[in-house]
Amino acid sequence: MNFTLKIWRQKSREAEGGFKTYAVKDIPPDASFLELLDVLNADLIRKGEEPIAFDHDCREGICGSCGLVINGRSHGPHKGAATCEQRMRNFRDGEEITVEPWRAKPFPILKDLVVDRTAFDRIMLAGGYVSVRTGGAPDANAIPIPKPVADEAMDAAACIGCGACVAACKNASAMLFVAAKVSQLALLPQGQAERVERAERMIAQMDAEGFGACSNTYACEAECPKKISVTHIARLNREFIRAKLI
Amino acid sequence: MNRLTSFLTSSVGRKLLMGLTGFFLGSFLIVHLTINLFLFASDEGRTFDTYSEFMASHPLIRPLEILLFAGFLLHMVVGIWLWWTNRDVRRERYAVSGASENSALSSRIMFVTGTIVLVFLVVHINTFFIQSRFFSTGKTMYELVSETFANPWGDAFYLAALVFLGYHLKHGVQSAFQTFGLRVHSYRTLIDWLAVIFWLLIPVAFASMPLYFLWAHLTGGH
Repeated sequence: MNFTLKIWRQKSREAEGGFKTYAVKDIPPDASFLELLDVLNADLIRKGEEPIAFDHDCREGICGSCGLVINGRSHGPHKGAATCEQRMRNFRDGEEITVEPWRAKPFPILKDLVVDRTAFDRIMLAGGYVSVRTGGAPDANAIPIPKPVADEAMDAAACIGCGACVAACKNASAMLFVAAKVSQLALLPQGQAERVERAERMIAQMDAEGFGACSNTYACEAECPKKISVTHIARLNREFIRAKLI
Repeated sequence: MNRLTSFLTSSVGRKLLMGLTGFFLGSFLIVHLTINLFLFASDEGRTFDTYSEFMASHPLIRPLEILLFAGFLLHMVVGIWLWWTNRDVRRERYAVSGASENSALSSRIMFVTGTIVLVFLVVHINTFFIQSRFFSTGKTMYELVSETFANPWGDAFYLAALVFLGYHLKHGVQSAFQTFGLRVHSYRTLIDWLAVIFWLLIPVAFASMPLYFLWAHLTGGH
């Protein structure tokens, strides 16, 4: 398959960026989107040009490293898949594909398609954990958790922190990310001790990082590669109201 | 900053204020519609005028009126505040927008539909409330309504405004439930149907009034 790629190039955080057009030829339909970029980069290196910088690691949709806005969609057109899981067969042969980095003030562009997502790390540091007291690990069956509750906590825990929710949201809101992190712990017994402070601190940090407010457009849910439901945002709102008002 | 202030200035707290004031304004729509339905009583507007007189003169209504204006003001101020902070978060726009594929238009243009409704409200309040309360028009409220709605251009303006109001509420009602944390799986259908009352039935009921008086005017009924 052949494609024309319009890719955002930016030398550094401070530099002015812009689109550059590249033609790529003979791409196998089963190639992933990142492999398409690998082919292009190999070609650029051969020509002595600067390869395109993009984040990637596991290439199997579980690490949350990759993330590109492909034709206006976070991670591309195929639903429930990270950029590394997008297959070129989902595109038309000869299609012009526009590739952009996540665009949000709290995610500054470092180079080309790579953005700084440490804002998410700081939100996690604010409360996205369970303080572990030393001692023997309890038996799994010593803490009974009903299956539906465990399932819902697991659905929230599926968040890979890629930032597609922020990239898709018109306000660049991080509510789905924070909701997933708060929700997974709010549902489980281990999360109860720090439940109140967690919701308070994580939302305060989210606001401090400069993410926008949630407009409930649900674009985040539609673009999430892990299909995390906005029901978790409703839970986050309840947690926050409880923490602040009750 | 105490707990309440830090709550109300947070992104979630401001959204909660939007939802609460939105619900308050929505409850007023029901009261407004109920009284307006007396326009259809076949008594040349006697019942409607009695209620209008009561609403204009009863001492208990005045504080409610002030509360209602405060509700509008708060909804607008917090709405503008949210819009202002949200628009600053993505200075560099995407070259290609996928918004139409991942979200409903009504959810993305709340500021626009809200502003249009505000423009309508200014005209609407001037036409009826201010004219009858502060200027002696010498007309009963029923006469004022029937004269205003006899003008097809005025009616077109009202109908257009109601479309935007409906569109604003199409997103607003369910969005408020989501902000309150109540839009969970088991309530979702109930909320969606409740929202239909607000975004469809109420605007349609309001729309029937200018149409009724226009029809009456054209057929010589009034």
